Amino acid sequence: MEGLTLSDAEQKYYSDLFSYCDIESTKKVVVNGRVLELFRAAQLPNDVVLQIMELCGATRLGYFGRSQFYIALKLVAVAQSGFPLRVESINTVKDLPLPRFVASKNEQESRHAASYSSDSENQGSYSGVIPPPPGRGQVKKGSVTHDTVQPRTSADAQEPASPVVSPQQSPPTSPHTWRKHSRHPSGGNSERPLAGSGPFWSPFGEAQSGSAGGDAVWSGHSPPPPQENWVSFADTPPTSTLLTMHPASVQDQTTVRTVASATTAIEIRRQSSSYDDPWKITDEQRQYYVNQFKTIQPDLNGFIPGSAAKEFFTKSKLPILELSHIWELSDFDKDGALTLDEFCAAFHLVVARKNGYDLPEKLPESLMPKLIDLEDSADVGDQPGEVGYSGSPAEAPPSKSPSMPSLNQTWPELNQSSEQWETFSERSSSSQTLTQFDSNIAPADPDTAIVHPVPIRMTPSKIHMQEMELKRTGSDHTNPTSPLLVKPSDLSEENKINSSVKFASGNTVADGYSSSDSFTSDPEQIGSNVTRQRSHSGTSPDTAAPPPPPPRPQPSHSRSSSLDMNRTFAVTTGQQQTGVVAHPPAVPPRPQPSQAPGPTVHRPVDADGLMTHTSTSPQQIPEQPNFADFSQFEVFAASNVNEEQDDEAEKHPEVLPVEKASDPASSLRVAKTDSKTEEKTAATAPANVSKGTTPLAPPPKPVRRRLKSEDELRPEVDEHTQKTGVLAAVLASQPSIPRSVGKDKKAIQASIRRNKETNTVLARLNSELQQQLKDVLEERISLEVQLEQLRPFSHL
Amino acid sequence: MAVCVAVIAKENYPLYIRSTPTENELKFHYMVHTSLDVVDEKISAMGKALVDQRELYLGLLYPTEDYKVYGYVTNSKVKFVMVVDSSNTALRDNEIRSMFRKLHNSYTDVMCNPFYNPGDRIQSRFVSLGRAFDNMVTSMMIQVC
Repeated sequence: MEGLTLSDAEQKYYSDLFSYCDIESTKKVVVNGRVLELFRAAQLPNDVVLQIMELCGATRLGYFGRSQFYIALKLVAVAQSGFPLRVESINTVKDLPLPRFVASKNEQESRHAASYSSDSENQGSYSGVIPPPPGRGQVKKGSVTHDTVQPRTSADAQEPASPVVSPQQSPPTSPHTWRKHSRHPSGGNSERPLAGSGPFWSPFGEAQSGSAGGDAVWSGHSPPPPQENWVSFADTPPTSTLLTMHPASVQDQTTVRTVASATTAIEIRRQSSSYDDPWKITDEQRQYYVNQFKTIQPDLNGFIPGSAAKEFFTKSKLPILELSHIWELSDFDKDGALTLDEFCAAFHLVVARKNGYDLPEKLPESLMPKLIDLEDSADVGDQPGEVGYSGSPAEAPPSKSPSMPSLNQTWPELNQSSEQWETFSERSSSSQTLTQFDSNIAPADPDTAIVHPVPIRMTPSKIHMQEMELKRTGSDHTNPTSPLLVKPSDLSEENKINSSVKFASGNTVADGYSSSDSFTSDPEQIGSNVTRQRSHSGTSPDTAAPPPPPPRPQPSHSRSSSLDMNRTFAVTTGQQQTGVVAHPPAVPPRPQPSQAPGPTVHRPVDADGLMTHTSTSPQQIPEQPNFADFSQFEVFAASNVNEEQDDEAEKHPEVLPVEKASDPASSLRVAKTDSKTEEKTAATAPANVSKGTTPLAPPPKPVRRRLKSEDELRPEVDEHTQKTGVLAAVLASQPSIPRSVGKDKKAIQASIRRNKETNTVLARLNSELQQQLKDVLEERISLEVQLEQLRPFSHL
Repeated sequence: MAVCVAVIAKENYPLYIRSTPTENELKFHYMVHTSLDVVDEKISAMGKALVDQRELYLGLLYPTEDYKVYGYVTNSKVKFVMVVDSSNTALRDNEIRSMFRKLHNSYTDVMCNPFYNPGDRIQSRFVSLGRAFDNMVTSMMIQVC
């Protein structure tokens, strides 16, 4: 825009005129209607006016900015002065009189006022021309009072509220123009901004035909004429100049907009003076929308899918955000598709937005899909909405044009709110019914379920039971060998404990976690008691417990005995071999009860000839370091030495009756040495290898002992010595073989006893280990429980 | 009263996350992020092919000292995570479910908008998609406050 220099008077005059025309108080966009009025009042020919418009750039911009307006006014002055309109004439022409605007404009405005309402007095009120704006303003204010009678008082009150402070032209005029705006449908409002956008002007070419008659109608219809004139005015520029300005790429859109604006122009013309919702879709608009709908969806009752609608509305060049907002507003049932009504609403919103209107927060009630509820309540809602708004003007939503669009928006909002409640409630209820279905299916809250780890109490208990049984079985056989510390009291205690253990085990079977807990606690005590008692004597539980499986200890016993005995028997002659062989299996049960009573008690062995000479055997037994026997194998080894000592101290070889019976021969020695080596190996073997191996040790030891005892020499030195000593003892014992028959029996019995002792010791060890295992298992289970509790419901 | 509401996409990136600005929002972001693991755990534990039978509402994901985190998964593996204040003891499970239901409805509304590309952030700053969603979330965050 060329630099415009204005004199002070011109500046003031122009500013007044601008504010007069600036109905929307935007200080930027001047209502073209007013401008047209002004220009008409300038009594300039239309073409001149058009030229002026073109020169000032309003046609290009589509609206009158302040600069454009000033330039236009200047050009008016230039034209009125008779100077040719030139762009340069703005500044070149000097001493231009102020543009004159004829009072005929007032007459026209008075006519407009008359057409608006029955404010005939307005006619008289219009005195003077624009030049005396204040006076006019006063006149306008008077008209305002009349206008306020209109139901749109809220807007009036709203409008004058601010301008009352400064009696300018704009305030009084704004209601007036606002009334005009109110009269005009949204199409009318959109008409102006429509023209504002260049590409939209091409449609006006089509509107020309329609608007041609508008000039004539201008006198009769206030709102349309100025706009129509404006439209007509706009026609020529577009046809002449703007047509070339249209980018080819926008032609599709322009065609769309063409029809749209054409329809809007048409409906503007046909608009009556009745108040209309600016958001209301006129018939022409609707028809146009329907036609557009048909292009996408032939079936008027069908839907337009979201994708198609997206493409369609993307052509409007609106930003995606706004389009999405329009969609949110228009898609009433939120189904992702547009019905005819929804489509029309969306289209209308797009048109409005294109024309510069801000999108409402909520769908205008007039745009809502034509539901039965809405139609009935629409008419009703208007009244209360308006009335309600008179009292709450501050509720106007933010919009660019505060006067009408805001009001219109607020009204629909109020109306919508009540209606939307109806509809939305239906929606929400339906949604609730739909989603409630899911909730019904919902399973119980898994949070409440506490997962308890399956107590593995049974296994430890079982193991423990087995251990107990094993211990009992093992100790049963060792009872005869270690009767020293066996006390009936212990036995009774063991009985009780065992019974309690059994009872607890039964409880665990019946109960669950808690019982297992109790069971675990009990066996611990029991086990400790057992171990303690085991420490004292390993035989007490054995005897107190129910009869253990005889075969178990027997094989071990027999094994040990068989190994040693067999070896010994194999070596020796067979007289007592058979007997010895036959007897050892029978020996164990026998000596048990016999040995149980006490250490010094003789072992009355009836059927077992081996027991005949057990007189010394019991002596051997008490001499045996039972404590040492029950300790680790190392101690066993030491005890072996001690046993050797004892053996040496003893004079009754038990194990080797055969050996004794056998002729002293190198073979016997070999056998003995072998046995002793076996003893040694067995002694040196690890303590907890197995029951089978460990019992081997005691038998060899008794064998050794017996051999040594056979010596009757008791070379203590030999005791301390190892194999050599034993060999020497064996050798020494050779001559004593003949009297070892009974001694053999005793030896066998002693060996049996020792085997049993070792068994008990081992059994105790086993029980202790089992107890430790059980404890560890319990700890593990407790840890697992804690882990399950801490883990956040992973099972769900 | 939801202190924080988050919508997580299928690929475990946030589509929408909003928390009451009174506290350090980063903490809520972190809680939501850690809750995703629990969500995945629950999803995988539910069943391999029994997606239909899987309950959308996951329930309490994990409780902390001050807050409780609830989860909800749609059939398209879009997760809703809500952090509520533990001091509010009046919040029952049904209320949480209803809140998630509303969230889901609002989310579907956003999805219905053809101008919304799945995977975009649900923006509510502009007059655009997410406005209703954001309003609903606001109402949810204020309702029981």
